[in-house]
Amino acid sequence: MYNPTEATMTVQDTGAIKMTARNVNVFYGDKHAIKDVSIDVRADEVTAFIGPSGCGKSTFLRCLNRMNDTVASARVTGEMRLDGQDIYDRQMDVVQLRARVGMVFQKPNPFPKSIYENIAYGPRIHGLARSRAELDEIVATSLKKAGLWDEVKDRLNDSGTALSGGQQQRLCIARAIAVNPEVILMDEPCSALDPIATAKIEELIEELRGRYAIVIVTHNMQQAARVSQKTAFFHLGDLVEYGPTSEIFTNPKKEKTKDYITGRYG
Amino acid sequence: MATTHTVKSFDDDLRQLRSYISQMGGLAEAQIMGAIEALASRNPEMAMRIVTGDRAIDHLEMEAERHIIQTIARRQPLADDLREVISALKIAALIERIGDYAKNIAKRATALAQVSPIQPVVIVPEMGKLVARMVKDVLDAYASRDAELARTVWSRDKHVDDFYASLFRALLTYMMENPQQITPSTHVLFIAKNLERIGDHATNIAEIVHFNVTGEYMEPDRPKGDETAFSVHGMESDED
Repeated sequence: MYNPTEATMTVQDTGAIKMTARNVNVFYGDKHAIKDVSIDVRADEVTAFIGPSGCGKSTFLRCLNRMNDTVASARVTGEMRLDGQDIYDRQMDVVQLRARVGMVFQKPNPFPKSIYENIAYGPRIHGLARSRAELDEIVATSLKKAGLWDEVKDRLNDSGTALSGGQQQRLCIARAIAVNPEVILMDEPCSALDPIATAKIEELIEELRGRYAIVIVTHNMQQAARVSQKTAFFHLGDLVEYGPTSEIFTNPKKEKTKDYITGRYG
Repeated sequence: MATTHTVKSFDDDLRQLRSYISQMGGLAEAQIMGAIEALASRNPEMAMRIVTGDRAIDHLEMEAERHIIQTIARRQPLADDLREVISALKIAALIERIGDYAKNIAKRATALAQVSPIQPVVIVPEMGKLVARMVKDVLDAYASRDAELARTVWSRDKHVDDFYASLFRALLTYMMENPQQITPSTHVLFIAKNLERIGDHATNIAEIVHFNVTGEYMEPDRPKGDETAFSVHGMESDED
């Protein structure tokens, strides 16, 4: 299996590593969903998680901001750190953590509120704006960063759910951005979108890269190849291979990885 | 490549691709041997058959290229499949060039058949066999995905270069001694050069086969035997 001491310890600039996982195991009741996974996520890169359904990639993604806490039967062991800080420490404020490590889901899930409120909600509860003008500014900047501003600036009071699927997804990305996250987790963010909306999200990911560490789970191999710098392949809860995307898609080291990405998987 | 793709027709596409390369390679090898034989037996009819025979290789190359473009567009191959498809595209182009060289040798054989034979030409068939053998072996290496065999072909190019260098010197001497034979000598010189180029192309194919099979590039420091590009007439004794 993948050994982080081989690959990631050679990264000289350790300051660029945003999140680390060491020997992480996840159990859902008796089911061993993630097996001893160790991985580093760099701040300046897009990291893609790929693998067949049920391989654990989404489960592992959800560990990165403790979304699995909400699943009663889930148990997580091992170590996960954000900027060196143990995120499973009892001192850790989970609400703060999820602001720092934001998440975008498969199906766009805007609040049934106005476009403005969708963005303003997070900054307001986190106390990021001292005045209405500041809040307006955050809403505008977030929508601009998410590439949605020009499409919605004249109808900020319309309901978020009235937007198209692709616009809703970008609204959700804007909502995540609004609370100044450091990491954005995306769980198959394009699987419910058409190719044009998908291209816009991919373009957005490229623009956001560098400002946020981005981790994306995707079933679309070509998407992983297009948007990411590092790719991790999961299979039956194991991290089989993790390395530069350019190598994983041209010369994977593990037979299982090759079989999966070339479409030979059972 | 042991396991098959979930989409079976993708396997068919890749098989078809390999079949194109094998066919082209078989034709190219036969063209080289035929051109050399036409030269040795001073048979212009045979030489003309080789010249027209090149069209079959050109045609196959076009078909292969079309098939490869379709495969890339429809399958978006990755990993070893991607290497496979790109390798086939490059190898097809190299075999097509090899065919052109064989054709050129055949044309010169026609010209040479019309004048009295010159002595240095007797070395050419030996060199031709060596080169044709390289082409055959490198295509066997491709067919059997044998990176080691590819590497041995690659290292054999030095012998071809040595052959060419000695033929080059022999021809220069011969031309100085027989200035009236400069025309046929030049034809023989170009034939030797064509064979030397075929050897280089076989070497390039060997590198591609190695990359296709292993995913790693071969280190570039191949032993080079041909120094004739640096040689100045009358200064041979200063070399080495």
